[in-house]
Amino acid sequence: MSANNDSIQKTILVAVLLCLVCSIIVSGAAVSLKPMQLKNKLEDKRKNILAAAGLLQPDKTIEEQFKRVTTRIVNLETGDYATETELNKLEAAGYPLETFNQRRLSKDVNYSAALPGKQDPASIKRLEKFAAIFVVEKEGSVDRIILPIHGYGLWSTLYGFVALEGDAETIAGLGFYAHGETPGLGGEIDNPSWKALWVGKKIHDAAGSVAIDVVKGKVIAGNDKEINQVDGLSGATLTSNGVKNLMRFWLGNKGFAGFLATLKGQGV
Amino acid sequence: MSSIKEVLTQPLLTNNPIAIQILGVCSALAVTTSLNVTLVMCIALTAVTACSNFAIALIRNHIPGNIRIIVQMTIIASLVIVVDQILKAYAYDVSKQLSVFVGLIITNCIVMGRAEAFAMKNPPGLSFLDGIGNGLGYSVVLIFVAVIRELLGSGSLFGLEVLPLVTNGGWYYSNGLLLLPPSAFFLIGLFIWLSRTLIPAQVEKADFVISPNTETSGVH
Repeated sequence: MSANNDSIQKTILVAVLLCLVCSIIVSGAAVSLKPMQLKNKLEDKRKNILAAAGLLQPDKTIEEQFKRVTTRIVNLETGDYATETELNKLEAAGYPLETFNQRRLSKDVNYSAALPGKQDPASIKRLEKFAAIFVVEKEGSVDRIILPIHGYGLWSTLYGFVALEGDAETIAGLGFYAHGETPGLGGEIDNPSWKALWVGKKIHDAAGSVAIDVVKGKVIAGNDKEINQVDGLSGATLTSNGVKNLMRFWLGNKGFAGFLATLKGQGV
Repeated sequence: MSSIKEVLTQPLLTNNPIAIQILGVCSALAVTTSLNVTLVMCIALTAVTACSNFAIALIRNHIPGNIRIIVQMTIIASLVIVVDQILKAYAYDVSKQLSVFVGLIITNCIVMGRAEAFAMKNPPGLSFLDGIGNGLGYSVVLIFVAVIRELLGSGSLFGLEVLPLVTNGGWYYSNGLLLLPPSAFFLIGLFIWLSRTLIPAQVEKADFVISPNTETSGVH
């Protein structure tokens, strides 16, 4: 029997049949499960957004909670919401509003620009021209503004969201949804008690420049910069510096400063 | 011909794929920092081993000898992709933590080893059970490692706090080393030592005996 099995015809027949059967199984699974996977992905992102804003309620479905949130695209160069033409152009290029993929956009040569070393404290290499932000409204006025942020820590790029109060000045929450920092040290950026330290901190100092800071050790109570400072993570100086740099970058002139100024000008 | 009971229970301790055959160690290092993730990985690997064994045993009399490894790989790879897709659809959070390691089941030596060593020579039913048995043997070691790593490394089990951490206002200083891959090496080493002490039959005979020092015999 084995001699028969090893003939060329049999070998080719078995190989072809096996490939056919396997490819049908694999593509069947991929196609039939795709809608569910996309839904999971979207839900996961929304959960991160809500968690960063401190609005996540475990007893309600994500979809229901996300109804309060509006997704808007911001033009980082002009500091304003993207115009109708820009939105259409983005959609035509494969970046529709609902599933705006900012990470892909930051690698798209048409919609991003290289950052020279000196202007790139967060080590992100390329800066996208558009960003998707999320606005939560409450009784007609802006309650929370949620901005996407990313930058390099010690080992990895940290991806997260920072939520601001309606005054576009006070931090309402911070959360990273993807990073590869050392568990127990830099990984403590996920620690809820550390994230809670950010709540209520102000972005700018009295002179109006971005002053948000992660200090080494504990913040000295009563010092005049206390309102801008957050405790560093012990044993994770480089991760703490990374967080500081990326916060300053994204809230600074290259990042969302223009947009936040526009918002403040509108008196929200 | 092995009996059903033997096929299922042998791999648990007496012929454990990790402890005795030292197969599939790399994933044991990577996915054992939390018990939740470990359990999903164990289920995924057991399912793949059992199903691939079954499928290969089913067509074992028709597999041409010169392409048999590729045939086995194709079957295993297809099953792994299916498992990966199912995880992404039904257990998204865990699949995110497992990331590439689900895909790497393809290269897990246990799956390949059982296909080549057992499924090629035994009927489908028995091969299926052999796959389950070996999957469980793998699970025993992984769960042993994961319980220690999660409990002492993060002070929790299944993500629920057991030992309150200093960083959360408790008393337990977590052992950071246990969250890093090398610690799994130590733990697997301890497991192998433990299982060899309990079952002395597992200790192989030495390949050679070192002869006594010639200096003492006086002839130099």
